[in-house]
Amino acid sequence: MAEDQTINPAIEIDRVVKRYGSFTALNDVSLTIADNEFFTLLGPSGCGKTTLLRCIAGFEDISEGAIRLYGDDIANDPPNKRPVNTVFQQYALFPHMNVQRNVMFGLQRLGYSEMDARGRAREVLDLVQLLPFADRLPAQLSGGQQQRVALARALAPNPKVLLLDEPLSALDLKLRQAVRLELQQLQQDTGITFIFVTHDQEEALTMSDRIAVISDGRVQQVGPARDIYEEPNNKFVADFIGETNLIDVAVTGVSNGMAACTLPGGAAFTCPAAQGAHQGHGHLSVRPERVSLTAPEKALITGHVQRLIYLGTDMHIDVALSDGEMVKARVQNSQSAHIPAQGAQVGLDFEEGAARLLID
Amino acid sequence: MAAKPDLKRFPGFFALTLLCLFLLYAPLVIVMIYSFNDSQSITIWGGTSLRWYGDVFWGPEADKFKQAAINSLAIATAAAIAATTIATMSATAMLRAGHFRGKGASFALINLPLMVPEIVTAVATLIFFSAIGFTTGYATILIAHIVFCIPFAYLPIAARMEGVEEVYEQAAQDLYATRWEAFRLILLPLMAPGILSGFLLAFIISLDDFIITNFVKGAGIETLPTAIFGAVKQGIKPNIMAISTLLLGVSILFVTLSYFAGRIGQKTKTPTGETT
Ligand SMILES: Nc1ncnc2c1ncn2[C@@H]1O[C@H](COP(=O)(O)OP(=O)(O)OP(=O)(O)O)[C@@H](O)[C@H]1O
Ligand SMILES: [Mg+2]
Repeated sequence: MAEDQTINPAIEIDRVVKRYGSFTALNDVSLTIADNEFFTLLGPSGCGKTTLLRCIAGFEDISEGAIRLYGDDIANDPPNKRPVNTVFQQYALFPHMNVQRNVMFGLQRLGYSEMDARGRAREVLDLVQLLPFADRLPAQLSGGQQQRVALARALAPNPKVLLLDEPLSALDLKLRQAVRLELQQLQQDTGITFIFVTHDQEEALTMSDRIAVISDGRVQQVGPARDIYEEPNNKFVADFIGETNLIDVAVTGVSNGMAACTLPGGAAFTCPAAQGAHQGHGHLSVRPERVSLTAPEKALITGHVQRLIYLGTDMHIDVALSDGEMVKARVQNSQSAHIPAQGAQVGLDFEEGAARLLID
Repeated sequence: MAAKPDLKRFPGFFALTLLCLFLLYAPLVIVMIYSFNDSQSITIWGGTSLRWYGDVFWGPEADKFKQAAINSLAIATAAAIAATTIATMSATAMLRAGHFRGKGASFALINLPLMVPEIVTAVATLIFFSAIGFTTGYATILIAHIVFCIPFAYLPIAARMEGVEEVYEQAAQDLYATRWEAFRLILLPLMAPGILSGFLLAFIISLDDFIITNFVKGAGIETLPTAIFGAVKQGIKPNIMAISTLLLGVSILFVTLSYFAGRIGQKTKTPTGETT
């Protein structure tokens, strides 16, 4: 993947630093976003996602670094000179203009005639199925409809890059899931590069071509959803994306991307290692659904069942190891499944490929 | 609820309230009622008539009052337009230009005329005009009115602008609007009710002003309040009550309009702040 991005990058964020006084909101951020890519910025609240988007849109000056759009440095251009449009988190539809006027606004600023602007606006409104609502004021629309107007307004001028700041967060769950698919479809149909911000990992995993996980103003890992989920680099990423067990291990050696370690209880185990992992104390990430229960004699680790939580399709089992550490397992509920009783001694097992040694 | 002492139960609260309302409004009500008196006397009731309103418009003093009213309206219109324009520009600088040096001082300076006793402003303005060699006349009245109307126009305008989130202008700029277009096409229409409210308030403040006008007006130039004052000095005739009632009516009308203008669209805000 890394090779084809360098061929035609839409946006290059090059060692960008953004400080507010003594506070560093973005710390040495470098990202290359390919043309026609659905790229997601994912991270917890306050990690700097909006700040990065505002830097790209031009609402914030960057303290250091460069932002290039198809090779041109745009870091010093005002927002109205950047061929980039934003779907704001609160939509920010102009309350005194009807839907069609809202969508026409950007086109008219670009010099479209009234007639051309109207034609294009109606075309885009049709795309988001809002043509019947063209004459309404934003206040007369539902949240989902407002969201689509915001989308139409940002798409109408055919921007080179579309920035979306948590555009789905104001919608309820059902609608959110429907709009996810629509957004993805829209991105494929229009071929516009999307940079999508969210703190919802499920949203990120289901929609994106690639994800950048951000924490504390730093990029933690960049890659396709599968890589991020299955091959997290560090503890933060493993923990933030989905549920995982972080098992304390002693690493005896790392070579060729494989690590030899000693599990709690003394069993020797070999598994893939994240780049940069080293000998000494370390953490193994194992997803709960990849942990299986077996007889204690045949198991990698043993412990006692501390807690059973019934989750409908699944059973969640907390197992306490002898050193007090807790390991979560998730077993599918079925007639044949053997669910141990609370307090029972159990063995835990997982495959080599299910575990990964992380850097802290 | 229970923890709050109920003011309404304090002994004498009701009586005190009545007394205050009486002192505030009884004179006004009496003037309004007696403006419809048919008698020559200002104290003895002689039946209802519109006689003194007729006297205001067609009586011996009608020309004087008419000229004064025209002066008042012209000055109030010009002063309110100028003050509203200046107040809109100040509010934009104060609320949209980010932080700049002397922002706090600017805010104090804009609003200081509200705190300074009017007589002090009047004397100071007169001294200022004579010091720079301005002869008193229409121009001095207008300049003085513009200055003291600015804070009255500023307050509703700034209040409204504070309520308009900056994200709308940012959205406009994101959609290729220049700063000026974002101001003209987005911010200005969104705060128009505040501007209207500020204009109406400034207009009525100018129309009603007596003290400062009395100091800075040239000989022979009268506005409605100074004309009324001049007439009263020669003895109170019932036509004064009629003209006062007319002025009161105009004031109430404009203050009410200003209040409602300031509230236009307040309740039907777009659901922006709703997101969590
Ligand atoms: N104008 C500002 N001045 C000072 N600090 C700021 C400013 N804007 C943002 N910050 C800080 O920068 C950090 C990143 O903010 P940002 O809005 O980018 O977070 P975010 O990742 O978008 O979070 P959320 O998911 O809650 O929207 C926060 O700690 C915030 O307090
Ligand atoms: Mg944000």
